[in-house]
Amino acid sequence: MAKVLVVTSGKGGVGKTTTTAAIGAALAQSGKKVVVVDFDVGLRNLDLVMGAERRVVFDLINVVQGVSKLSQALIRDKRLENLWLLPASQTRDKDALTEEGVGRVIAELRETFDWIICDSPAGIERGATLAMRYADEAIIVTNPEVSSVRDSDRIIGMLDAKTVKAEKGERVEKHILITRFDPVRASRGEMLSIEDVLEILATPLLGIVPESQDVLRASNVGSPVTLNSPASAPARAYLDATRRLLGEKIDMSVPAERVGLMNRLLGRRAA
Amino acid sequence: MSVRFLRLFGSREASAPVARERLQILLAHERGLLGQQPDLLSRLREEILAAVSRHVALDPDKVIVRMDRGKNVSTLEVDIELPNGLEPALAAAG
Repeated sequence: MAKVLVVTSGKGGVGKTTTTAAIGAALAQSGKKVVVVDFDVGLRNLDLVMGAERRVVFDLINVVQGVSKLSQALIRDKRLENLWLLPASQTRDKDALTEEGVGRVIAELRETFDWIICDSPAGIERGATLAMRYADEAIIVTNPEVSSVRDSDRIIGMLDAKTVKAEKGERVEKHILITRFDPVRASRGEMLSIEDVLEILATPLLGIVPESQDVLRASNVGSPVTLNSPASAPARAYLDATRRLLGEKIDMSVPAERVGLMNRLLGRRAA
Repeated sequence: MSVRFLRLFGSREASAPVARERLQILLAHERGLLGQQPDLLSRLREEILAAVSRHVALDPDKVIVRMDRGKNVSTLEVDIELPNGLEPALAAAG
């Protein structure tokens, strides 16, 4: 059965789009049929991070308004045949999205895809609420930093109150993904620890993605980090997170760049 | 974890515990405001309702308890609508 997963955070710049692309590609690699949907109307970026910016013709708003068919707007990834992108509009604004229209598009996507990953815009406005509206599961991307944790808390409240699932008395399955984590600074007590964040947000952890140059490098060339440098620390973190999303039990660790041998052995064994 | 052990080698004061404490206080406040958990206000409302009900019959839906948190002072506003005909009795009693 199709799953609708929203990648959200409240705060901007924490890694939602990177996460959507990385986990979307990892799920597609595992054989699932995946579509990543950009809800950031007016400020789309998922196309760029996925390397599909020059192939966008129609977008989500065109489909919502019936200007184009869904099949005309979907862009198939050039590297993975199971992976598709539904871009946001760059010229319209978020008010062009209606709840009913988004509902229709999501319902149609459910017929063809195993995973529908909605990349939420920052904030708590219409774009963000519509991105989470039909979600079955949610990844709350959080940096170990006070403003990000506060915004995540707010978003968790919204997931528990303003989604279709919540209104039916069901629960959206929520996962915290900590990104831009710096183990050295955390161990020095300069950064909120994983334990701090989890205790405050009281939500299960999906994974810990370390701060890394590889993420920037991947977006520079327009490729999800899990495809661009699969052996890198952030890619391994995303691959583990993806397997947990699929129900596997994997020990939680922070993949490291420099620690070397131990991690490399573990990484190879897992791969 | 080995946080304390490692901290012996660092010269700077750890700021994460401060962040953690500030967040916990702030979020306890915000969660209350957004009404996600049974908080002080709903408890107050229930107890006020119980106290007043001992003396007059009232409609629980007509009892509004509101709290405003200011910088220096917070106010608690209790608005109870009573059925007509009870005011003289209350005035006489008070």
